[in-house]
Amino acid sequence: MTPLKLWLTADAPTSRWQAQAAQAYAIWRSFARNPLAVLGALIVGTLIVVAIFAPVLAPYTPVGQNLSMRLMPPSAEHWLGTDELGRDILSRILYGARITLLIVVMVAVISAPIGLIIGAVAGYFGGWTDRVLMAITDVFLSLPKLIMALAFVAALGAGLQNAIIAIAITAWPAYARIARAETLTFRNSEFIAAVQLQGASHLRVIGVHVLPLCMSSTIIRVTLDMAGIILTAAGLGFLGLGAQPPLPEWGAMISRGRSFILDQWWVATMPGFAIIIVSLGFCFLGDGLRDVLDPRQRDGR
Amino acid sequence: MTPALSIDHLFVRYGRTDVVKDVSFSAKPGESYALVGESGSGKSTILRSVVGMVRDWRGKIEVDGMPRQGRIDLAFARHCQMIFQDPYASLHPRRTVDATLLEPLKVHGIRDRAERVVQMMQDVGLDPRFRFRFPHQLSGGQRQRVAIARALMLEPRLLLLDEPTSALDVSVQAEILNLLVRIREERNLTYVLVTHSLPVVSFLCDRLGVLRHGRLVEEAGVSALRTGTFAEPYSQELYDASLGAGDRDLAALQEATRGMGM
Repeated sequence: MTPLKLWLTADAPTSRWQAQAAQAYAIWRSFARNPLAVLGALIVGTLIVVAIFAPVLAPYTPVGQNLSMRLMPPSAEHWLGTDELGRDILSRILYGARITLLIVVMVAVISAPIGLIIGAVAGYFGGWTDRVLMAITDVFLSLPKLIMALAFVAALGAGLQNAIIAIAITAWPAYARIARAETLTFRNSEFIAAVQLQGASHLRVIGVHVLPLCMSSTIIRVTLDMAGIILTAAGLGFLGLGAQPPLPEWGAMISRGRSFILDQWWVATMPGFAIIIVSLGFCFLGDGLRDVLDPRQRDGR
Repeated sequence: MTPALSIDHLFVRYGRTDVVKDVSFSAKPGESYALVGESGSGKSTILRSVVGMVRDWRGKIEVDGMPRQGRIDLAFARHCQMIFQDPYASLHPRRTVDATLLEPLKVHGIRDRAERVVQMMQDVGLDPRFRFRFPHQLSGGQRQRVAIARALMLEPRLLLLDEPTSALDVSVQAEILNLLVRIREERNLTYVLVTHSLPVVSFLCDRLGVLRHGRLVEEAGVSALRTGTFAEPYSQELYDASLGAGDRDLAALQEATRGMGM
């Protein structure tokens, strides 16, 4: 065993930091045992790398038009062909990774904390607080995601920013429900009573003791939802309500390719593949994370 | 002298039934008082009312002369702490021993935190090597020591103990009981202990109250346990039952505690 491994699996960690690292290492070990999860992590990792290095990786600019080269089939020059304005589809897909990643990250950053806090507060206080917050959550939860996102975009105006806000508004209720259910399972447990007995404020109990226990199930759910978020964004893009031309958003690219689907199939199919692969990647990653992080399966270890 | 804990005509209600009916007793500072009774006799409920985990109660609860009402404030937390029955449920599963013991110091803004944590771990007989372990890496007895250390971090005067040893096996029980006796002597604490085990009472307490169906049927000195003379027939019954079933436990416990050099 290498010194690093010995340090990570130490029986008696000597610092807070080592204890956390050892915990993370144990999680990583069980994660690495699941090949599909690793595949998912690779896909998501690739998405991130591609998004960061799109200008280096892309052979052409994503918006450069070349009407003499329009609707060319896949070839050595244009690996995935060109679209109706002669733009290189591969370059557009690579740049489109940025938009997809932006949507996914922004939606997660906006909706997960809102859902977590609302759910934890409702579960912790119970009574009327719970009823009011959960009634609001249920109203949002009862409407279909895409329809509600459509309504919000219609009200706010089309565009990438508004699409992100609309999707975030439709995504948080699920997280609130999960966080509340999770909070209820340990709301009356003795370790929470012990902290209250030390005189800790409600804010401190929720922030320091309740929220960390809700985190893992929320992270799992957010990761699994990523696929749905990408599809919703693509749906909005397809309907012309998401990212506006000439931004290379994958859904919008499919929408443009629809007119040529029979004769020039690659125009719509290539961004479609991108959407499928990335969605699958998030699903695999979420499944893997669930196996590793789910407290009900971890307790025994 | 103001009693450390005084309970006067306490009624506690779960739903529509009173599970504690008209209970009055008090514990003097430095005293160790036990509430004994069968499961469901309301003994834990009384402790839970004191610390506010049960809210639907009537009557009067005074801790150090201060009537209990509403939320736990910092002064109450410094005076009174509680140790729970199940050391597996009373520690936060995602926090290290260090984080668990630091928490009360942070809440109260007490300085020299690291030194205090290490010192307290030594006081309760926990190897400081365990400081950065998570609860799932500790045994039941070690967890209960962490729970005791956590309760002592604020240097309270009054310690409420809810069956502190019943979730542990006999040899570990003896260690924890010895520890509880030692820290009471060292820190001059008041104990209010809830248990169904009379051997634990005779080992740890000066006085006991017998609860039956939510009523306090008898109060007696611990000498009654030694001689086996109770005024109330129910207490006598409880004592005899304990002799029958608990005799070997008592013997084993005494054997084990003697072995610990007490």
